[in-house]
Amino acid sequence: MIDWLTEPLQHPFNQRAILAALLIGLTNGYASAFVVLKKSALKVGSLSHALLPGIAVAVLVAGLHEWSAFLGALFAALLIGLGSLAVSRGSRLDQDSSLAILYTAAFSGGIILLRRLGVTQQIDEWLFGNIMGLRDGDLWTTFWISCAALGVLTALHRPLLMTLFDTEVAATLGVPIRALNYLLLAVLIVVLIASLQAVGCMLALGLLVTPAATIYLLTDSTNALFWGGSLLGGLASAAAVLIGWHLNLEQGPTIVLVLGTAFLLAFIFSPKYGLLKRAAANGR
Amino acid sequence: MSVAPHDSCAHCGHHHELSVENLGVRYREGRALDDISFATSCGSCVALIGPNGAGKSTLLKAIAGLLPIAAGKIFWRGTQVAKWSREIAYLPQRENVDWQFPITVRGVVRMGRYPQAGWWRPFSAGDAAAVEHAMAAMGLLDLQHRQISALSGGQQQRVFLARALAQEAHVLLLDEPFSGLDHPAKTALAQILRDLTKEGRLVLAAHHDLDTVRDIYDEVLLLRRKCVAFGPVTEVFTKDLLEQTFAQPANAGKELA
Repeated sequence: MIDWLTEPLQHPFNQRAILAALLIGLTNGYASAFVVLKKSALKVGSLSHALLPGIAVAVLVAGLHEWSAFLGALFAALLIGLGSLAVSRGSRLDQDSSLAILYTAAFSGGIILLRRLGVTQQIDEWLFGNIMGLRDGDLWTTFWISCAALGVLTALHRPLLMTLFDTEVAATLGVPIRALNYLLLAVLIVVLIASLQAVGCMLALGLLVTPAATIYLLTDSTNALFWGGSLLGGLASAAAVLIGWHLNLEQGPTIVLVLGTAFLLAFIFSPKYGLLKRAAANGR
Repeated sequence: MSVAPHDSCAHCGHHHELSVENLGVRYREGRALDDISFATSCGSCVALIGPNGAGKSTLLKAIAGLLPIAAGKIFWRGTQVAKWSREIAYLPQRENVDWQFPITVRGVVRMGRYPQAGWWRPFSAGDAAAVEHAMAAMGLLDLQHRQISALSGGQQQRVFLARALAQEAHVLLLDEPFSGLDHPAKTALAQILRDLTKEGRLVLAAHHDLDTVRDIYDEVLLLRRKCVAFGPVTEVFTKDLLEQTFAQPANAGKELA
């Protein structure tokens, strides 16, 4: 059993991958509580897909560097997020529909462009992640992004929660709700980009929703939701890296599958809100 | 602005006045409120009455600073109300609140201290005392660790009132506080509103149950996009004026309240 843990850790790429998985899982898990409470999972999902065309254009313009991909992804997510807002305000379409049109169009363009840029190898990584291919520099980038995101989110915890609970009441208490909503979206985009390395933009949404959604079925405490989400995100991601190593599975999908399994267990067995509990309550 | 203790406006020796002058609010489709003027003061309980779509909620939100004002001015204690004021508390309709949100009674009441505590500062002894006091006044001490989803309608209404008390608000704006409550809860809430008024607060509530108006309120504002009438219940809450207010739906196609 101990060997199961220690044997993979002898390889430096495994050490890096597990550290990165812990960091990324922790940050995403914490941020996922905001996504769940804001009930905006699909919006965030659309933005995660918008990262790919951004990378494509950045690679086209600036060539393949760590930072070009990062900045391109950031720019594309902002452009599509704000663009959908502009389209919905300037027409009779709602924002979700506008967002769907913009991100699928952009995603398609991104795929076509990337296939012609000679980066076929990397396309797969950007789509589904490649945490084993991590270098030391990537680990540091992940570390700083995690620190910044967690720092901002914990510092603004009080006004953010008030905004999520009741926007109007928060506004009458002097919370700058509009600014906070934009800031939260910006932080979520940065967190998404940080998780690209681990799970890619197709699966990033899983990591940014499932941890807190699982805890949401287990507790009524806000603190437990945030810290439980981080803990679950971090541990599940790290465990998935080990499982992937032993069973020779791709780590990105494994992370999302492990989280999905945890959710399924909570959905069925949660002592408070589980399926069994409900069935028992109905049978009575 | 002085920080007079809110539960004793009478001690200040003068009345705190809320005055609305020629207020107009526009929605995208058109005018929601037009040329509303009235003035009332602390120690009064005011009912906003009118058909659906008459602008009751809109007026409350405008006073709370939630909607941009197209015309006119709102003064509280002689000062024009800016975007928001700690002294004005807004209580949303119960149906508009996400009761599944993972938060306890105490957590909601503590939100009332945000204007004092700000973004980061830990709660002071004064903040804690205000929260305790507000929960005690609303009879919520036994329920303070309860999830808000596990409360009855009357209790949920009291949680939001306690939040307003913790905020040390003078003016309470309530949107249909009685809707969806059972009879005992309605009676209890009416008593609470009377008590809060007697302590010197100004209560403004959108109200649609015409049978109970005389028991609860001191003044009535009959609203139908415009101000049909405003004044003491005995003078304004009359058959003629009510017929004028409800004559036909203010917003054709929408049912009458």
